[in-house]
Amino acid sequence: MSLFSSKDLKLLTNPLNVDNPITVQVLGICSALAVTVKVEPAVVMSLSVLAVLAFANVIISLLRNTIPNRIRIIVQLVVIASLVILVDQVLKAFLYDVSKQLSVFVGLIITNCIIMGRLEAFALGNKPWPSFLDGVGNAAGYGVILILVAFLRELLGSGTVWEYPVFEKLGIYSIGYENNGLMILPPMALIVVGIIIWVQRSRTRELIED
Amino acid sequence: MNTQGNLYTFMYASIMVIVVAAILSFTAINLQPLQEKNVRIEKIQSILASVGIESTVENAEGLYDKYIVEDKVLNAEGEKIEGKGFDVKLKPQVDKMFEIKALRSLIAKVSGADKKEAEDKLAEVTNERQLPIFKCKKDDGEYVIIPVRGKGLWGPIWGYVSLESDFNTIYGAIFDHKGETPGLGADINASWFEEPFKGKKLFGTNGSFEGIKVYKGGKGSAANAGDLVHGVDAISGGTITSMGLYDMLQDCLSAYEPFLKAQKESEVELEIKTN
Repeated sequence: MSLFSSKDLKLLTNPLNVDNPITVQVLGICSALAVTVKVEPAVVMSLSVLAVLAFANVIISLLRNTIPNRIRIIVQLVVIASLVILVDQVLKAFLYDVSKQLSVFVGLIITNCIIMGRLEAFALGNKPWPSFLDGVGNAAGYGVILILVAFLRELLGSGTVWEYPVFEKLGIYSIGYENNGLMILPPMALIVVGIIIWVQRSRTRELIED
Repeated sequence: MNTQGNLYTFMYASIMVIVVAAILSFTAINLQPLQEKNVRIEKIQSILASVGIESTVENAEGLYDKYIVEDKVLNAEGEKIEGKGFDVKLKPQVDKMFEIKALRSLIAKVSGADKKEAEDKLAEVTNERQLPIFKCKKDDGEYVIIPVRGKGLWGPIWGYVSLESDFNTIYGAIFDHKGETPGLGADINASWFEEPFKGKKLFGTNGSFEGIKVYKGGKGSAANAGDLVHGVDAISGGTITSMGLYDMLQDCLSAYEPFLKAQKESEVELEIKTN
């Protein structure tokens, strides 16, 4: 396999588990709180971050030998911000419905620490192809956690999944269950993320610290 | 080449900014017509949706021409003035509305020359108001559609309210928002929130303007909603958006009060004549 060497493959799979941006690196928590009330915006957010992170990584990687060290953070920020604005403009013109759903989240992508973190930690020192894979892998690792948290919060907080009334169809309400309103509020996202980190750490040998 | 020198850094930054600015303005200018068309179609679709007509992006304009038979602008006294309702920008009109509210509370507080000045200003602003209104003709009757706009928690909220031919009962209402909190305030555009508006009345039995209130704590929920002629259930966790929506309806719809009342009266006269 020439396209995916085992090293390349690791770039894709590591962020899903042992190097997960949210649960291990603890980056991108802010948006994990904001967009995980419902599954749908979480999915759209994950896809947007995927697009922006993959392309930003490639662009920074291509420019990596020309960027002056002292303004590298500004250069990274400009690249991210322009990509986000481009995505926003294109969505508004061609996928108007999606752009309406995303609304403020598009702007939130700029502030996502994962993107800046990957540009700084990886793209500045690696070739474009591995950088692209690293971007896709990290965005996927971010997306997996985001969707998992959103799934739990929507299910327990609103009794639905992707707006489909699961609990109502299962007849859970008739045996006296009520939606947990706390799940809709931001603090519960942190607690859910915390539980996920706990489960992951206790199951993954490499992550157990002394 | 020394990529760490001052000159290089300045050059790099300048070139980067110019390139990025060029790319962004190029895309923005080229995509603008498409974006404006989307906004226009969305407005048409919202107007149609408020009278219960489903439309797609493709057939929206055709349906609009078919069903919306009148499109006019009213002044503050409810008289028809020049212009097309569709072209009236709602934002400056809503700003005028806030100015009128501020001036009214000012007038109540001050006296003498200040009061006179505020009153003159109030008359001037009131005179400038343009109130767009649409008339829709469907198989089952005629409806008027009133656009509304106000403040939510994070940004503007807006909508269209259609009234039955008694100019009192709400036939349909749809709302939308720029960026309210997803899952909370953002649900004002969900059908479960919009549906209960149907059949509510704007005027009380004694003819005074009541508007539509939002109630907290399930008072307006489906089980109790029958009792509330002028109210609906607010969104739990979306209090500021709900209150913003209430203010929006109160402010925007009350501006049409002279027109609606005049229409109601002429309707009654017509009935007496025909009987």
